[in-house]
Amino acid sequence: MSVSQTAFHSALLDASQDVPGGLSDGLGQPAGSRFAVYRNNVAVSLTEALEQSFPAIAKLLGPDNFKGLAGIFLRKHPPDTPIMMHYGAAFPDFLAGFEGLSHIGYLPDVAQLEQALRTSYHAADADPIAADALQAVDPDRLGELRFDLAPALRLVRSPWPIHQIWAYNLEPGAPKPTGGAQNVLILRPEFDPQMTPVSDGCAAFITALQRRTTLAEANDLAVAEGGDFDLSHGLGLLLSGQAITRITFGDAP
Amino acid sequence: MSKMMKTVAIAGAVTAAIAAQTTGATAGSKEKCYGVSLAGENGCAAGAGTTCAGTSTVDYQGNAWTLVDAGTCAEIELPAMADGTERKGSLEELDRDLPS
Repeated sequence: MSVSQTAFHSALLDASQDVPGGLSDGLGQPAGSRFAVYRNNVAVSLTEALEQSFPAIAKLLGPDNFKGLAGIFLRKHPPDTPIMMHYGAAFPDFLAGFEGLSHIGYLPDVAQLEQALRTSYHAADADPIAADALQAVDPDRLGELRFDLAPALRLVRSPWPIHQIWAYNLEPGAPKPTGGAQNVLILRPEFDPQMTPVSDGCAAFITALQRRTTLAEANDLAVAEGGDFDLSHGLGLLLSGQAITRITFGDAP
Repeated sequence: MSKMMKTVAIAGAVTAAIAAQTTGATAGSKEKCYGVSLAGENGCAAGAGTTCAGTSTVDYQGNAWTLVDAGTCAEIELPAMADGTERKGSLEELDRDLPS
């Protein structure tokens, strides 16, 4: 081929550039219009991929705005892997840095939630601990336990009612958002990720466990952040969400 | 709180959390049910780049699934097949109603 990959790639993402010279169709004919078709397909398919991955953002912005925005994003952040299920990881940060959207403060956080749902969906499977594993532990030593949490667990904290906004846009009959901060815990007990809004205390509890503090330390941190934190509720969420995969003593990894 | 009291509080919370599990654990449980979805409405929430959602092309396609409440899959009422054979949902893939 007489076209460098760099020239091909840069013209692919910039419709204002000329079709790179030297492309032929295999029969020796110039293939300029084929390149134009391909250039259009690349942009359209990446836009569609973003639309499928961020349905709430697409709904919030409306089809025209979303397409326009996707067009800017895909040129700034072309895929770095051929696997489309991972495409768009940079989209929430892109929205946060996009000046024309700064008046819709919740947008990046809702995108973060949608991205978390995607990565949770595709995270590895893990076997939860047996139902009676905690019962088998000496009650005096329960506070010293450290937990491994399921790879599909995600926690998104936001000063906006992100779960309400998400539901209002995607679930038929969901009530109008009423405002207030929302933390969303995503667990995948079976096949699809499930979202549960949680209190600040509960979010602090899960963050602490992720950092592999002991159960007692995590409980202290949670109570410090939200005085009404209820340990049995927090643990109950993790157990019913099949999210605890191992319990250990000490700080052995 | 003293260390002793904390230990007691944690033990109590763990016991309460476990007790709550045994009562409600299976309530919201789902299962994959094959052969019951209408064309184009089979389940999958994987997003872009995956090809599973909405790709079934015939009604009640035997290798397409929908999540249903656990224990209800085989009881879903379906119309009989063209030749009069009864249709049933299944927890395993079926070889009936495949796209030709």
